[in-house]
Amino acid sequence: MTAALETIALEKRFGGLVATDKVSLTLEQGARHALIGPNGAGKTTFVNLLTGVLPANGGKILLGGQDVTGKNQIQRARLGMGRTFQINQLFGDMTPVESLGLAVSERMGGGADFWRRIGTRSDIMAEITGLIQRFRLTEVMDHPTRLLPYGKQRLLEIALALASKPRVLLLDEPAAGVPEAERGELLETLAELPRDVSILLIEHDMDLVFAFAERITVLVNGALFASGSVAEIMADPRVQAVYLGSSEHA
Amino acid sequence: MTYTTLSPAGSAAPPETERRASRDLMRRVRWKPAEIVFWLVAAASFFLLPDRHLLLSEIVILGLFALSLDLIIGYAGVVSLGHGAFFGLGAYAAGLTSIHLTGEPLTGLAIGGLAAGLLGLLTGPLLLLRASDLTRLMVTLGIAMLLLEAANRAAWLTGGADGLQGVMIDPLFGRFEFDLFGTTAYAYCLVVTFVTFLIARRVVSSPYGLSLRAIRDNALRARSMGIPVGPRILGIYAFSALIAGLAGALLTQTTMFVSLDVLAFHRSADVLLVLVLGGVGYLYGGLVGALVFKLLQDWFSAITPEYWMFWMGLVLLVVVLIGRDRIDAAPRALLRRIRGEGRA
Repeated sequence: MTAALETIALEKRFGGLVATDKVSLTLEQGARHALIGPNGAGKTTFVNLLTGVLPANGGKILLGGQDVTGKNQIQRARLGMGRTFQINQLFGDMTPVESLGLAVSERMGGGADFWRRIGTRSDIMAEITGLIQRFRLTEVMDHPTRLLPYGKQRLLEIALALASKPRVLLLDEPAAGVPEAERGELLETLAELPRDVSILLIEHDMDLVFAFAERITVLVNGALFASGSVAEIMADPRVQAVYLGSSEHA
Repeated sequence: MTYTTLSPAGSAAPPETERRASRDLMRRVRWKPAEIVFWLVAAASFFLLPDRHLLLSEIVILGLFALSLDLIIGYAGVVSLGHGAFFGLGAYAAGLTSIHLTGEPLTGLAIGGLAAGLLGLLTGPLLLLRASDLTRLMVTLGIAMLLLEAANRAAWLTGGADGLQGVMIDPLFGRFEFDLFGTTAYAYCLVVTFVTFLIARRVVSSPYGLSLRAIRDNALRARSMGIPVGPRILGIYAFSALIAGLAGALLTQTTMFVSLDVLAFHRSADVLLVLVLGGVGYLYGGLVGALVFKLLQDWFSAITPEYWMFWMGLVLLVVVLIGRDRIDAAPRALLRRIRGEGRA
């Protein structure tokens, strides 16, 4: 079976700085894969390369076996590359229902329809309400997004990505900044994400990584440092030295 | 690929959830009582102010022009300082149609609109190259200047600085003569504006309209959702240009004259001012703004014929500095205070 997402010697340089140093990573179908690394390891650059925000200087990106290296952000999204953002990127003036309705109708190819009234397709409505419930947004579904509590905005951030039914979902620090009281809800939702979407989790928070991921890749200074199952990575003394155990040594 | 867990059947939402969701989506589609009142008042003005039809026609044309600008500023977040280019092109196209082709008004109107829409379609891609507001202001301003100079130079076609002479418009439907008092003209402008408004309203409350608002709100996210940002903006830009062209054509047909003035910079500036006075992003802003603008202009120039621009500038400053939302909230707050005191 072809991997959901694969990078081959992916490279990005900013002048003399090598931000992504020939990274080859394979995301299996249905994976729960975490990408970790100390600050400045190049995690965000890597996400930007995958989604097409930044062009790569070398290497290849295969999405479901198809070479998407030369495709732009919009084309990659249409081919099934979904992402969430570390800092919420939502539609502040729209309600969750509208935002999700937009994502669903875009996916179904009805986004350019300028004559149909919104809210008149029952298949789209059913999917919106399904997402609203799954992401625990029922109470706030018709409030303007910018007025939502932060935890709910975070949930909407993920719901919006999932509404496009991506094949690959890149979660960029989904729990960042979520207050303790709203955290449980978010973690439960993450655990319930459908198994047919392959997920790459970019995260700082090791508790979340261990709870969610089955495989872990460690990035240090832009290069692949270690990759393996959660147990292997936890047991790897090199990883502990550079990353996990750095505080214990102090 | 199967998303079993996401399928509608797997997550039967309670009917209450479904109802709330659909009510939320329909909220922008449904007609509000104030809207119906607005159009009834507009229709009534035709019968109640028979000696003001000329001024009212001017207001409606300016309102339609401002409505077209609202579509790109208010709904797609694209600013323009050269929307007059489309207005002027529509005006010239309608004038030339009447001279060289036919005096039938609806044909001239359609040609005026289509010519401007085509120009919008051709120049729109320039706005997408660099999506900063400043670039867009300069690109639109530049196009308007080019067009003005071109019309000035092409005197053999446009009459140059003398204006286009000999515009004759046939009676509407072969029956209603365009009279000196502007009665036919006002009815014509009002109906064209109303029909255009209905189409624009339908477009902005469609899934396409929703995607435009999303792009305005957050283009980064829209792109990451796979929304083709460029073509969507281009579509509304051409549509907006078409409507501006219709407004220009109406001006030509109701005044039976076209001069370089239709392409002058002040057209683009005035329409922006009108839209700011009326408020962006709800389609009525242009129409309300045009009414306020023309009434203020009338009033100020009656009080101080030389300094009316000063007072206009002052009003503009006050509106912008106080902020639209606070002005909009004022009548309600006042009403609440009156009621509150009445009870006390």
